[in-house]
Amino acid sequence: MAELFHRKLERSTIGFVLAIVAAASVGGLVEIAPLFTIDETVEKAPDMRLYTPLELAGRNIYVREGCYACHSQMIRTLQDEVERYGPYSLAVESKYDHPMLWGSKRTGPDLARIGGKYSDFWHVAHLTNPREVVPDSNMPAYSWLARTALRVDDLPLHLKALRAAGVPYTDAMIENASIDAYDQATPESSTSSGVADRYGKETQVRVFDDVATEVTEMDALVAYLQVLGRLTDAPYKNTAAPQKPPGPVK
Amino acid sequence: MVKSLTEAERQIALAISVAVAFCGLVLAAAGTQDTIEVHGWLILIFGAICAVVVIRDLWEPEPPKSRLESYYDDPIKAGIIASMAWAVVAMFVGVWVAALLAFPDLTFDSAWASFGRLRPVHTSGVIFGFGGNALIATSFHVVQRTSRARLPDQLSPWFVLVGYNLFCILAASGYLLGVTQSKEYAEAEWYADIWLVIVWVTYFVLYIRTLARRKEPHIYVANWYFMAFILVVAILHIINNLAVPVSLGHAKSYTIWSGVQDAMVQWWYGHNAVAFFLTAGFLGMLYYYLPIRAQRPIFSYRLSILSFWGITFFYMWAGSHHLHYTALPHWVQTLGMTFSVMLLVPSWASAGNALLTLNGAWHCVRDDATLRFMMVAAVFYGISTFEGSFLAIRPVNSLSHYTDWTVGHVHAGALGWVALITFGSFYTLVPSLWKREKMYSSALVEWHFWLALAGTLVYIFAMWNSGIIQGLMWRTYTEEGTLAYSFLDSLRAMYPYYIARTFGGLLFLIGAVIGSYNMWRTIRASPSSAAIEGDVPLNVTTAVVRG
Ligand code: HEC
Ligand code: HEM
Repeated sequence: MAELFHRKLERSTIGFVLAIVAAASVGGLVEIAPLFTIDETVEKAPDMRLYTPLELAGRNIYVREGCYACHSQMIRTLQDEVERYGPYSLAVESKYDHPMLWGSKRTGPDLARIGGKYSDFWHVAHLTNPREVVPDSNMPAYSWLARTALRVDDLPLHLKALRAAGVPYTDAMIENASIDAYDQATPESSTSSGVADRYGKETQVRVFDDVATEVTEMDALVAYLQVLGRLTDAPYKNTAAPQKPPGPVK
Repeated sequence: MVKSLTEAERQIALAISVAVAFCGLVLAAAGTQDTIEVHGWLILIFGAICAVVVIRDLWEPEPPKSRLESYYDDPIKAGIIASMAWAVVAMFVGVWVAALLAFPDLTFDSAWASFGRLRPVHTSGVIFGFGGNALIATSFHVVQRTSRARLPDQLSPWFVLVGYNLFCILAASGYLLGVTQSKEYAEAEWYADIWLVIVWVTYFVLYIRTLARRKEPHIYVANWYFMAFILVVAILHIINNLAVPVSLGHAKSYTIWSGVQDAMVQWWYGHNAVAFFLTAGFLGMLYYYLPIRAQRPIFSYRLSILSFWGITFFYMWAGSHHLHYTALPHWVQTLGMTFSVMLLVPSWASAGNALLTLNGAWHCVRDDATLRFMMVAAVFYGISTFEGSFLAIRPVNSLSHYTDWTVGHVHAGALGWVALITFGSFYTLVPSLWKREKMYSSALVEWHFWLALAGTLVYIFAMWNSGIIQGLMWRTYTEEGTLAYSFLDSLRAMYPYYIARTFGGLLFLIGAVIGSYNMWRTIRASPSSAAIEGDVPLNVTTAVVRG
């Protein structure tokens, strides 16, 4: 009977096409659509900050260089991971991440909570040549970052595009994006309080790459690395353990 | 190639080439401060070259009407050559990337040669360049033969093939320049993505038009898979790549998805790229070339139906197994795991169907390396789908995820299944398309087979070892209850396996080079006189002539 029905279906191209579309649509609809409607999917974190233009530029360098091919940014709810890397990642932490950089391969360690773990100096030395700092590392050297000036003039366009995608950047943020990027990495400049006003007083304003005269790609990347895991306190307050309870963090 | 187009088609081809070149010019002009400028010029040059090629033969006489009495095979030939060229390049990059993990300073201190940029060149190069061209070429072949109808026109197959390769070139060169969305297997940026949509819609329409002309009442199984491949890849591609470009003059765009939803959309895409690109399409090949080569009908029609609909329905639920223990809600993870395990049924139905088809032809498998390629491919398909279902089980995944075990699993499928079935199909197809009696050298086919098999085994054993060691080291505790190994300890343990994997990959690459050489020599050999009996479309006219 079923076979007869299929024999019929095989005679109709359009019928077959429609059947494929129908069969293939169900899974995606059931699994994806509710992620937008069920409130608990993303936790509430009122203190969640936005990336500053400099951090965003650094994030784009992270994407461009394919750091995600070796580093995850997603600490799973497993005890050993929590002990190694810190509290497990919450959905809200990547709420403004277009795209997310959870990663799928750990050739290097997870970076979800790398912010504040090392000094800027360490990062610059490490990125310039990882084997100077960690002799057995197989991470590529990114020596050109410190030599390359950061393009800041188009940052307003970047923030605008992100706003179109749903990130709540204000008009003032968009308007001042280029200056803010410059100021965040050159604290002596007269306007540098503007970044902190717009993005919160926790914003790290300083020379990241040890060279105060120019804003380089190294500044941006290190600024990004130093803010990872520090946009909200929610993971440290979160006590709900959805699956295996994480062990005590030492 | 242009000579086989009608005059009207040549004019349209010229118009398209000029339009493409113009788009390139616009991008180059808009993006003078951005890497998109490079791509603008590249598109312009590509369009210009196509235009010149068309113009050269624009005023040649029309192809004779008698062309309609044969299949249209020129684009298939070009597709096979493109596929093998991409195979050699992208597998070379694979070996390079593998070597970089053991010898990280093989980058010559240049940005483009660092691991993060080369890796997507490898993945896109093998999946889209090698695999995609192979799929387009074989699908054109299979749909004509099983429908006993010629492709409906001469222009659209060329548009699909050439346009598709433009996409591949934009993608691969973009990664070297640092142009990437970072979405795995969908790294290409917005303008390349839009172009691929245009190409893909043309491909779909072409396929449907050919099927509509079929002289056989039923649509053959292989075509079901090719249709699913074309359709679902279109859906996945469009939804996953929805993005807001920074401006017309920027290569960069921001995906409209964010965070946990982005992760789910990405792996719904990513896993089904495996399912519908690397599985369904290649099953289409299996269902046609294996029975042809073995000269036996498919073992069971019912199993074909079961496995086809099982794969089409179940796979789309499985993507969330890439996100176990993450911030993705638990219920979605559970669904992903459940369907992944159920997937084993249709997967093994396919693999079993293929192997049982060989019953009664095992002596051919022993003697014929081409058939052996396909047989071993079916075995690896069975192995890697079993492994896949196993890795999707949450506790197993807690160990394997983020480690080399995943990479080993991917390559059991990629090398053992995708590449081997492709080589087997090509060795069947090349002599028949170019009307040669057989391949230039069957000894070289034999060599290719053993190199490929040895390379695959070395690769996956190395990665099983490294992956499991890595996973165990990360979770081992001392008696005092602290973590026993630092991350660096686990990294140090990987080096021997990274070297072994590079060696395995090298064997595989040498095999592919030998295969390309063999195909090249076959193409260059003089044609055999005997045309293949009955290898023509069933036209009204020919049917009358044959009486
Ligand atoms: C080939 C894989 C690879 C790539 C690509 C890579 N890394 Fe690494 N990374 C590693 C490895 C391995 C380590 C551990 C050894 C070390 O510290 O160098 C590491 C360590 C790190 C650390 C220190 C983590 C810690 O907790 O000690 C940071 C920070 C880092 N990488 C940042 C980056 C950034 C930023 C990029 C991109 C510009 C990048 N990595 C690209 C492999 C990689
Ligand atoms: C010469 C043979 C090959 C070699 C040496 C090789 C090597 C590699 C290496 C080193 C990686 C990166 C792994 C990592 O990040 O640790 C990789 C990834 C990958 N390769 Fe290959 N590869 C080969 C052939 C192929 C083929 C033929 C395909 C597909 C048809 C393929 C598909 C992939 C995919 C999909 C990934 C990404 C895996 C993941 O993200 O888990 N490879 N390959």
